[in-house]
Amino acid sequence: MNFRRFTALVGSIVGVALIVMVAFLGIYAWPAIRFNGWHFLTQNNWNLGNLYANPITIRGQQILPAAHYGILFLIAGTLLSTAIAISLAVPVGVGAAIFLAEGTPPMLRSWVSLFVELLAAIPSVVYGLWGYVVVIPFLSHRVYPWMAKYLGFIPFLGGHTGSGYGLLTCGLVLTLMIVPLITATLRDALVSQGASRREAAVALGASRFETVWTVLLPEVRRVLIGSSILATGRALGETMAVLMISGNAVNYLPHNIYAPISTMASFIVSQLDSALTDPTGMAVRALAEVALALCLISILVNGLARVLLYYQDRHSAGV
Amino acid sequence: MATTATEICAPDRRARRGSLLRRRLFDLVGWGSSALALLLLGGAMLWILGVVFLRGLSALSPTILTHVTEGYGGGLLNAIEGTAVLALGGVLLAAVPGLAAGIYLAEFDAGRLAPFIRFLADVLVGVPSIVIGYFGYVTLVVDLGWKFSVAAGSLALAIISLPYICRTTEMALRQVPRALRESAYALGAGDARVVLGICLPAALPGILTGILLALAISVGETAPLLYTAGWSNYLWTGHLTNEPIGYLTYAIWAFITEPFSSAHALAYAAALLVTLFVLIISILSRTILEGWRRRSPWERPAL
Repeated sequence: MNFRRFTALVGSIVGVALIVMVAFLGIYAWPAIRFNGWHFLTQNNWNLGNLYANPITIRGQQILPAAHYGILFLIAGTLLSTAIAISLAVPVGVGAAIFLAEGTPPMLRSWVSLFVELLAAIPSVVYGLWGYVVVIPFLSHRVYPWMAKYLGFIPFLGGHTGSGYGLLTCGLVLTLMIVPLITATLRDALVSQGASRREAAVALGASRFETVWTVLLPEVRRVLIGSSILATGRALGETMAVLMISGNAVNYLPHNIYAPISTMASFIVSQLDSALTDPTGMAVRALAEVALALCLISILVNGLARVLLYYQDRHSAGV
Repeated sequence: MATTATEICAPDRRARRGSLLRRRLFDLVGWGSSALALLLLGGAMLWILGVVFLRGLSALSPTILTHVTEGYGGGLLNAIEGTAVLALGGVLLAAVPGLAAGIYLAEFDAGRLAPFIRFLADVLVGVPSIVIGYFGYVTLVVDLGWKFSVAAGSLALAIISLPYICRTTEMALRQVPRALRESAYALGAGDARVVLGICLPAALPGILTGILLALAISVGETAPLLYTAGWSNYLWTGHLTNEPIGYLTYAIWAFITEPFSSAHALAYAAALLVTLFVLIISILSRTILEGWRRRSPWERPAL
């Protein structure tokens, strides 16, 4: 076998790993998929059933009586926390990238960038620790009561602020975790824009910020969209930090922005122990279905982002 | 009706003064808010590092570094050992396929598989680590009957490391100039010798960066290990399967929610160790990469 074939064969493990993963999760979750049908995504009733009763057979699957697996609350929690995170992360990320690329002297730039982008290197569980120990007390005692009092007229911002574990806390911590992805990519793209466009804009009388805002930023919009989608994917799958600060609500749709939630990723961790008490094994398979759904969503989101970024690369390489 | 030059210009000039003010304001708000965004991020980073370092340093003691966990106290020696074993195991398992994939993508780009591997690797980076952990639980821990073990945990970490090693290897090899390859081929070297003997050494700092990055990510991961490696209060006895193993990130997650100050001390100390390691590796790999780029001889203009 020649060297080229060898690298192709061994290297394809990288791709095969993903395909095998989806396939095995699918096979393992298949009984749950058969049993749950579409109700899995549309109903709000995760219930292992009567653990002390004899298993019954429904739709060809052995389950416990009264067992239902509906994860609408997980989908809501995942999407809402991600939506909060991304809607905060894009403006903050763009602002920081502009200041790093255009407002910081090149001598300082690499150090300041490194410092801010190390936010992406900090492990998820350390964010969870930080959130659990200092952020939740701070937000629940100082910030949330104030917000509910003065901003309560805005829908979903008023009402009971709860314990601090919940949707907004998750959204805020997730924001910090995904901002560096946007900032780093966008800063690189801005710095690598050629001098000619800058000079042309300045010659037309544009100020420095106008140059960035009206000339450079539109040039890199595809990078911005691509990196934002990548950041969305990261927020969707974040596990440990969310697990420690979300409140891990079960079968509960948030009534306001402070309410406890649970996300698909954190639910898998928090529920496996109790799922193992199901003697029919259906609960573990239903969790595999959650993992499969999460995997497919992240493949979709990341695939989309990559297609956009490839297109930008080819586009800018051709110009 | 405006007829003279002054009359024609007058409203225009007033409008221009208004628009100049608006432009100044736009500039001010623009710079102000982007500076604020950067300050927010820097402040958050300082806050996190402050909490981790202050509490971690006051919790850290020689006992923690030299003793194994006993109940909710003792030390973290078992977890430190476990983190090292799992992370090194994962990176070692991922190194050969990751390097091979990177070489294939960079050197044999025309190959039919290349676009697929590149796309799948990029998508694999984005797959949540808990999904990889659950996959490991379902296949390795349950179906293959390995139980919670070093083998299952390392394999899960290897899957996570693969795409990072693959893509950084590809990037590093692409920095090696074509002329180097052409001269090697012209001297009669084969594919293997050109890549392994010429390109790989030239791209080594870049490749090393990727491996270090994968190591840092493996050390900081929790979710994929919870249901593949388990947790153990004891030192590893060397069994690859059927023996759970401790690791630092588990200590952070599990011990901070316990109501004992000794457990909290373990969590803070573990957080300090993990964060310190990850930060050092990240800064180190960045320094290696920048030094390499600055020094690389083929970027000097030809005379």
